[in-house]
Amino acid sequence: MPEKVLLVDDEKEFLEAMAERMTMRGIEVSTASSASEAIRLAEKESFDAIIVDLMMPEMDGLEALKLLKKKSPESQVILLTGHATLEKGIEAMKLGAVDFLEKPANLSELTEKIKEAHAHKMIVVEKQVEERIRNIMNVKGW
Amino acid sequence: MNQASQTMDDALLRFFGRMTASMTHEVKNALATVNENAGLLTDYAEMTLQGKPLDPERVHGLAARIADQVIRADGLLKILNRFAHSVDEPLIGVDVTEHLKLLMALSIRFASMSEVSLNVREPADRVVIETSPFPLLNTLFGCLEFAMRAAGRGRSIELWAEKGPSGVCIHFEPLPQLDDTSAEALEVDETHSLPGSLEGRFVMNRTSGNLSLLLSKRA
Repeated sequence: MPEKVLLVDDEKEFLEAMAERMTMRGIEVSTASSASEAIRLAEKESFDAIIVDLMMPEMDGLEALKLLKKKSPESQVILLTGHATLEKGIEAMKLGAVDFLEKPANLSELTEKIKEAHAHKMIVVEKQVEERIRNIMNVKGW
Repeated sequence: MNQASQTMDDALLRFFGRMTASMTHEVKNALATVNENAGLLTDYAEMTLQGKPLDPERVHGLAARIADQVIRADGLLKILNRFAHSVDEPLIGVDVTEHLKLLMALSIRFASMSEVSLNVREPADRVVIETSPFPLLNTLFGCLEFAMRAAGRGRSIELWAEKGPSGVCIHFEPLPQLDDTSAEALEVDETHSLPGSLEGRFVMNRTSGNLSLLLSKRA
């Protein structure tokens, strides 16, 4: 099963080029040019990884991260930034980002992180299913 | 060094840091796009080695995109260079409209984040004032930040200069949300933030919705 990724960046040409390169590598890619568009897409579909630019008009990456984690806590969000500071990195991790990378990003490194995010999400979803089954069995008293 | 002078130096240093950080961020964005498009060219070359056909139109398109981003990055660095040189002269004749254009170019990311578009109006006659360019830019940026808040998202602000009775008037308009914006949000103090050669006064017209900075040469 291919990894499913949502790319979020207001730089259209960057978004298109990265999406095409990821598609060539067998990744299923959706794109959004704003945080609000990303949140709408994330509400409708489940993604293995959501890669979000930190600095965007209307809503920045950290605000988007907060909302994405609220709507789907199992989302694996990777933040991309033109300038990675230690403070922003720590803040991003505290808010639940799985990683914080600086642009220009190394695509091999990014696809590795997407694979890791996909594997991590599988574990999270499996645990949730187990929990649900356990709850059902407790309620039904089997 | 007295307290006011130290505060002013700190404010100017912070301003220099903010502008440099913003411009270099934009250059990074251009480089990131070049990086991805160059990577795509490499990917296409790899595909050709595997026997897949190459579309020359697509390659031309990518090369053109890379060239565009190089022009973009070069433009950004020219602006950053002009900004860096604004500290060269302590006192010089400053063309105020050209200074506003430099301000607009430096503020591109801030305006985008505020979802405000900026425009500088050409004056009928050239408007020049003798002053220190860098501290004046700092004051003008403080006015612009306030103006963007007072304009509101999705709006357009016009910046323009004219000769005043004893100096120069610089206007930021229209500001439809000026009534809802506290004067305290204007985080520059014309007494302390202007170069020593100038006296200044802010005028906020809440009826017509504009902010003006009136500058005159200190007696």
